[in-house]
Amino acid sequence: MTEPARESASPAKKKARAPRKAKAPARPRKVTTTLRVNGEDHEVAFLPHKTLLEVLREDLGLTGTKHGCELGECGTCTVVVDGEPMLSCLLLAVECDGREITTVEGLSTAQGPHPLQRAFADLNAAQCGYCTPGFLCASKALLDRDPSPSRDTIREELAGNLCRCTGYGKIYEAVERAAAVMRGEPVPPVPGIDPASPTGEVARGC
Amino acid sequence: MMRLPVFRYLAPKSSAEAVRMLSTEGPTAAVVAGGTDLYPNMKRRQVSVRTLVSLRRLAALRGAQAGPDGAWRIGAGTSLMALERDRRLAAERPALHAAVKSISTPVLRTMGTIGGNVLLDTRCNYYDQNFEWRRAVNHCLKCTGDTCWTAPGSDRCWAVNSSDSVPVLIAMGAVARLEGPAGVREVPVESLYRDDGIAWLTKAKDELLTELVLPPPDGWRSHYGKLRRRGTFDFPVLGVATALRLDGDRVAEARIVLNGVGSAPLRAKEAEAFVVGKRVDAETAKQAGELAFKPAKPLDNTDFENAWRKKMVKVYVRDGLLAAARA
Repeated sequence: MTEPARESASPAKKKARAPRKAKAPARPRKVTTTLRVNGEDHEVAFLPHKTLLEVLREDLGLTGTKHGCELGECGTCTVVVDGEPMLSCLLLAVECDGREITTVEGLSTAQGPHPLQRAFADLNAAQCGYCTPGFLCASKALLDRDPSPSRDTIREELAGNLCRCTGYGKIYEAVERAAAVMRGEPVPPVPGIDPASPTGEVARGC
Repeated sequence: MMRLPVFRYLAPKSSAEAVRMLSTEGPTAAVVAGGTDLYPNMKRRQVSVRTLVSLRRLAALRGAQAGPDGAWRIGAGTSLMALERDRRLAAERPALHAAVKSISTPVLRTMGTIGGNVLLDTRCNYYDQNFEWRRAVNHCLKCTGDTCWTAPGSDRCWAVNSSDSVPVLIAMGAVARLEGPAGVREVPVESLYRDDGIAWLTKAKDELLTELVLPPPDGWRSHYGKLRRRGTFDFPVLGVATALRLDGDRVAEARIVLNGVGSAPLRAKEAEAFVVGKRVDAETAKQAGELAFKPAKPLDNTDFENAWRKKMVKVYVRDGLLAAARA
């Protein structure tokens, strides 16, 4: 719901004008708020124009969430806020107080990686890996809401996350595999992967 | 990295307080709900915002209710995802539901609101670029420059209205409720727009869109068709809403609204008049498509070649009429 002020030349006044920059308020003051990230409360001070992405990475040191286009066109900065996937690049951190934020760092537990992380690793659903935190968070929100999504639902729900390497097939398979694991169903073994290893370590022969 | 510029952040607790803040702060204040349209524009320095008035605390703006007569009241702050998940809306207003579902991506629909889509900034290939890109072409008329690069001989801005919900709301005869310093007024959604890429809204800067009201269906049936390159993300390069009220098997009233082909949504009135009194068969729909083709004048400022986009008007109006008749 936006109707921003514009720095536009009216057609009547046709003369070149240097771009006029907004005069910033004198010495912007930081706001202090408590952000609940991955189950922990963090009291953090930041300037009110900072996005959640910037605060997570720069003030909380949680660099798992990636900078992508920063315009809502790629999905790599996706985090889970109150159970819903959200783009941290388009969310003001000041508006996140009192909300439950989960980043990729918060997916694993003391027992090991999240089934999604394990399935992504086991099936090679990541190549360069830059989009992976966003995919994991968007997939987590999906599986928490719908434990048995169809391939079409997965495709639709992940339509806001771009991957330029994999072609998506492995990602969809990994989400389906993780969903099966989370439902307690057996999944076929992956050659070269030790299913007993809590970290899903690849058994390398060398 | 593209950071947001520094601004003053205000979070009013009521719509009256929001309106007061907008009046006091003047034209450099901007309203933000979902932020999915405004923040990218701020990051690219397309707009200059000194004060941001956030609607996050205005819970009263969120939610959609249907009345016993089938009329709907939709709070402007309702997220697009909330509307998408509303099964009653999907059953009773499938065209609006389809339009909402076609907007951008699931994660952006989770954040964005219906009010934001109704007031979406106009778009153009020469405007929706980062600051350095725009500086390289010496800026455009919509943002600090003195030339419209889409039509350099023209003295106006041709940026395009790219909302998906707007054509359907107009076809359904929806009304927008605006709250301003002088009180509340209700205007047809259709009258919110002006054929000017810069001043594309008739709403005053200190008026707040609070609600959208859909009248009872009263026999109207509608459809929305969207043309874009990808099945997700993309704004419509052509959006066609068709609504018909049938009397037996003949059309009693028709509304055909095109979007993505001008700075304001466009009513194809000649095509509307043509179908009235007729059965919607393949031939009638085809001829109506030909009539709607004439007033649509897409320019070369969105995705796809403009001549092809214009040609697609025929196809989308034809198919839209047939689909609405079947709806």
